Amino acid sequence: MAMRRRHFLTISASTIGGALVYSLDRKASRLAAQDKTLRIPLRFFDETEALIVAAAASRIFPSDDSGPGAKEAGVVIYIDRQLAGPYGRDQNRYTQGPFESGPPDLGYQGKAMPREIYREGLSKLTGFDRMGAEEQDKKLKQIESTHFFALLRQHTIEGMFCDPIHGGNANMIGWQLVGFPGPQMSYYDDVDKHFGVAFRPKPVSLPEGNPSEDQK
Amino acid sequence: MKTLPAVDVVIVGGGWTGLLMAKELGSRTPLSVVVLERGGPRQIADYLDDMDELDYAVRHRMMQDYSLETVTFRHSEGERALPIRQLGSFLPGTGVGGAGEHWDGSSDRPLPDCFQVFSKTVEKYGAKSLPADISIQDWGVTYDELEPYYTRAEQTIGVSGKAGNLRGKRTEGGNVFEGWRSAEYPIPPTKIPYFSTLFQDGAKSLGYHPYPTPSATLSESYTNPDGVSRPGCTYCGFCVRYGCMIGSKAQPTTVLLPVIQKHNNVSIRTGAQVRRIEHDGDHGSGRARGVTYSDSSGEEIFQPADLVILASWTLNNTRLLLLSGAGEAYNPATGKGNVGRNLTHQVGGAVTLFFEKPLNRFMGSGSSGIFISDFNGDLFDHTGLRFLRGANIEGPSHGYAPIENFGRGPQPVEAKWGSEWKKAALHYYDRTGNLILQGEHFAYKGNYMDLDPTYKDHWGDPLLRLTLDWRENERQMVEFVTAKMVEIGRAMGAREITPFPGLGHYDTRRYQSTHVQGGTIMGASPDRSVVNPYLQHWQLSNLFILGGSTFPQNPATHPTLTILAQTIRTADAIVERYLKKPGALA
Repeated sequence: MAMRRRHFLTISASTIGGALVYSLDRKASRLAAQDKTLRIPLRFFDETEALIVAAAASRIFPSDDSGPGAKEAGVVIYIDRQLAGPYGRDQNRYTQGPFESGPPDLGYQGKAMPREIYREGLSKLTGFDRMGAEEQDKKLKQIESTHFFALLRQHTIEGMFCDPIHGGNANMIGWQLVGFPGPQMSYYDDVDKHFGVAFRPKPVSLPEGNPSEDQK
Repeated sequence: MKTLPAVDVVIVGGGWTGLLMAKELGSRTPLSVVVLERGGPRQIADYLDDMDELDYAVRHRMMQDYSLETVTFRHSEGERALPIRQLGSFLPGTGVGGAGEHWDGSSDRPLPDCFQVFSKTVEKYGAKSLPADISIQDWGVTYDELEPYYTRAEQTIGVSGKAGNLRGKRTEGGNVFEGWRSAEYPIPPTKIPYFSTLFQDGAKSLGYHPYPTPSATLSESYTNPDGVSRPGCTYCGFCVRYGCMIGSKAQPTTVLLPVIQKHNNVSIRTGAQVRRIEHDGDHGSGRARGVTYSDSSGEEIFQPADLVILASWTLNNTRLLLLSGAGEAYNPATGKGNVGRNLTHQVGGAVTLFFEKPLNRFMGSGSSGIFISDFNGDLFDHTGLRFLRGANIEGPSHGYAPIENFGRGPQPVEAKWGSEWKKAALHYYDRTGNLILQGEHFAYKGNYMDLDPTYKDHWGDPLLRLTLDWRENERQMVEFVTAKMVEIGRAMGAREITPFPGLGHYDTRRYQSTHVQGGTIMGASPDRSVVNPYLQHWQLSNLFILGGSTFPQNPATHPTLTILAQTIRTADAIVERYLKKPGALA
């Protein structure tokens, strides 16, 4: 297989709150506050694709008055990592033929794996990242019923709320949005208290270097 | 093919039933026992860093690898079945401990009449009341016969709960409808998180009878009769679909492995994909000779054994019998044959409740919750209703994480993305709760399993084909119970309620439960069952089959406790009777 040319996504450090901790190949490359831009090595997308995915994820989960969104969470990095890993290659899906279409309640029957579905879907979104928000929304509405869009929406939510070790939810920003405290050892003293009142322990995430599935 | 030296007992499957049988035989007899497990080894230490929703709950790290084997599915005869290509309506486990590692721990007993549901229903309502196409039958064992084994199972895994019926005497705080119990639960109920207390209060205000979920997640530290100690639950919320990092949830690795490891006569071989039960014919007094498996390098190996225990979960138990020609395959056209008949999947449904106040639902455990049984079985008046039997309603506090739960809101939101959706979803994220129903599923002549003519697994063997769809009895039951859940939701103070849309057709995408049963069913007569009431194969007397595949139809209960009780009963029958005089036990 030919060596893939290395692609980078260049983004402004400030958009990720200056603390994109685990996104860089899972090494804890905590950003120096003075860094103005970040060059993040991509594992699956090329830079054009990454910009389109980032723009689309930002329309699905926008940064707005109700709080930060896909941009600050680094959703595009999460999706890039997932597609580069075993999930993107359908490692755990039954992929023997014959492939035939069936009723929707039999689930996805297609042959294409997630990375192929993205490549195909993105080829129809050329120039998306340079459109205005209104035009972007119109474009997404056109593809709303496609399998590609269903994946993109699902992956955006995953990238918002996964443990930061997977490359999304940078700085646990998604967890802070919904008040999810992440993996805590015990709520023994709290589980039968705080009735009807928000109890919001300071979120924690998994330690770096957790051997997770997408590293295999 | 390589042939290994013979062992006394070979057990197919290293989940709850396989390891429980291995523990019983290993500690009570000098027999050499080999457990063959298709997946990898496991221990508690594996779970120290498993609190990762993406890997475990969304990508299903602990579940069966569908790229290697799955099933095909069709709604009815005559349709072409297609493979279920990704995990969906049920989640089989793999690896040591099987699905017993990622279960929720709910450990309720079925109503006593479930074991005679055919004769009791006919007695009360007449044979004409039964739906067309029905295929239910009595189990061949009664609740009274099973009761001591339920008690032993509860003590082995450590069930937290409160009795409602101690030796026929009603007791406060438990399930007033339950069958008699010979002993109180080994430990008190778990703590009850906020959402479940709302359900408890709401149900009580309507005159129903809530009780704490019998839970195999410990309310306090506990040492079982085998001397295995486990700590109390911390309600971390990473429970269903995860292994417990502290061993509080009963899992085969936490309850059984520590005992098994003390006995040198038991060994567990992982990476062993069992492909055939070898036998010398199933006519008359046939015998199983052992099993053939492929090891992780792909080599085929024959493991001879005097006693074969099939303990590989519902679908593979059935498939292995079909692949091995052990017993006659069920033919829905003629009604002949028994292997594959009576496929059931417990009826599921939910209503979604939206509250004004935050619920802090991230705290909880798989089975720290509240049940009501007021609409289960035949406990309520069915006059004028167009269905038989019923469902339990549960107000669970499973733990609650955002990937799976973000995005819901009460109003009919047009958009599923964008600013408006995000704002509503953020507001309702921790103000959303579910009530769940788990209903009895009758067996029907047209719901069954056989081998698929087209699709194959990784090793080249035909996949199992499921033919399954809902009937009016289930649809009507769900509609009725859903209406009750909505009523309870209002009494709980929910501001908005989204009821379950109804069953329609079986949907392989919507997770329902892993309570799939039947295929190698038990019964009092070989004419209509695969195994006798001791779970012994009618034709191959040295083959025993354990697990939900032996349920003739599906009670509303979580099945694990019943499966464990039956396994202990079979172990007793093997140790006390079969080994002394091998042959048919019934």
